[in-house]
Amino acid sequence: MTRVLRSLAFFALVVALWEAASRAGWWSPVLVPAPLAIGEYLVSALKDGSLFSAGWVTMKRLLLGYIIGLAAGIPLGLLTARFRFAADTLGVLALGLQTLPSVCWVPLALLWFGQTESAMLFIVIMGTLWAVLLATDHGIRQIPPIYRRAASTMGSSGLHLLWHVLLPASLPHLVSGMKQGWAFAWRSLMAAEIYVTVLTGFGLGHLLHYGRELQAMDQVAAIMLVILIVGFAADKLLFSPWEAFLRRRWGLA
Amino acid sequence: MTIQDELGVSSTAKLNIRGVSKLYRGARQTVSALEDINLQVEDGEFVCLLGASGCGKSTLLSLIAGLEKPTEGSLLADGKSIEGPGRQRMVMFQEHALFPWLDVMGNVLFGLNLKSGLTQDDRRELAMFYLKLVGLEKFSQANVHELSGGMKQRVALARALAPNPQVLLMDEPFAALDAMTREQLYADLQNIQQKRRKTVIFVTHNVREAVCLGDRVVLFTPRPGRIRAEYRVDLPRPRDINDVAVAQLARTITDELKTLTASA
Repeated sequence: MTRVLRSLAFFALVVALWEAASRAGWWSPVLVPAPLAIGEYLVSALKDGSLFSAGWVTMKRLLLGYIIGLAAGIPLGLLTARFRFAADTLGVLALGLQTLPSVCWVPLALLWFGQTESAMLFIVIMGTLWAVLLATDHGIRQIPPIYRRAASTMGSSGLHLLWHVLLPASLPHLVSGMKQGWAFAWRSLMAAEIYVTVLTGFGLGHLLHYGRELQAMDQVAAIMLVILIVGFAADKLLFSPWEAFLRRRWGLA
Repeated sequence: MTIQDELGVSSTAKLNIRGVSKLYRGARQTVSALEDINLQVEDGEFVCLLGASGCGKSTLLSLIAGLEKPTEGSLLADGKSIEGPGRQRMVMFQEHALFPWLDVMGNVLFGLNLKSGLTQDDRRELAMFYLKLVGLEKFSQANVHELSGGMKQRVALARALAPNPQVLLMDEPFAALDAMTREQLYADLQNIQQKRRKTVIFVTHNVREAVCLGDRVVLFTPRPGRIRAEYRVDLPRPRDINDVAVAQLARTITDELKTLTASA
């Protein structure tokens, strides 16, 4: 509890100093908006619903792309861990593409899919898929062979072995891979939304982009704050329960 | 199968190992891990396989478990050829091999869940019965990492006994434990063997341990792994590893082991 208070006090102090510096005229409000101006924008954007609808559009893209990335990445990772042929082909491809920031896919995605949701989805999937695939592959490979031996003497094989032994045994790696996939997806989606105008939906990245066009730095900073909070909340809501489970059950720090 | 059957008489099996050899073919050389092994194990007998590391005794255990196949010869359990791993022959490893994603109860239930004809309540009751047998009924909700080394091996023993196998295969299960814990487990294991008799194959490189636990001690020599001698241990039970009689027989076997390795 004292640690939470300490963090809160720190942020309150930063915001207070920032507001004071803005009022003292240390810098132009055009370059660095004051916290109160940011707050005012947020309140108005919440009231007229633009923030909520943009957030919803962004979350839909993110979750859909992320879930597709997981649904494809985990089985493909199992494949590359199990079959040498898959490891030498798909595995190498994954390793290569994982090093490519997925915003690099934007020009091609636009060419292939046009200014559509599909282009956005493609970019998010490219951000998620490879990280999840590689984490699954790695997670399966590092399972101590003795787990498999022990399980097979107890009569476990095939799908039972996969579901009750191999997947749970690779859970620590799987969770960190899913987390990395989420972070990549989030970053690529923001880059794509700032970069590309899609007519079917107006996301947080677009809101930020138009703030820039309008020279409204309070809007830009406010959206940055929202993006940061969404990322933080997702981390806490999606991954904290898993990590708490790993800590408790495995005794992992 | 009902829970009464499960808790009734503990089942055992005869093992019949005939002319078994095992070669490991590597890229550079072929290693003969076992050569012409012949061994008869009676129902409910406790046999210790004794030998230095690399003498093939663990390989023989894997063959009996069905985890590997012999290059030559045949292995029979109650007259039936061993074709693969199965719940009739459970293995306990040197490393506990408990699953860290399950709690203690979940680990003991793992093999039971794969056994048909039981209700979930039956399975929990059986798991609890075996946890009591190893003295860990209070720890059914504990996580594996919270247990001491000795407790982990007790859970591993409960997990191996729970599906009521005919044969228990133990691969140096106490080698990684401290001496005090180990001595306690010798007593417990003899006590459990009294209550739930199994055919046991126990691999060890510790001569006294073999004499303390075994009805029979089978001596292996390495490269290639061969059976060189057998000793029947007729000392009364329960035996204590610090007993003079145990120490004396261990001494005789150790001397013989030395001459065998010197001449090899």
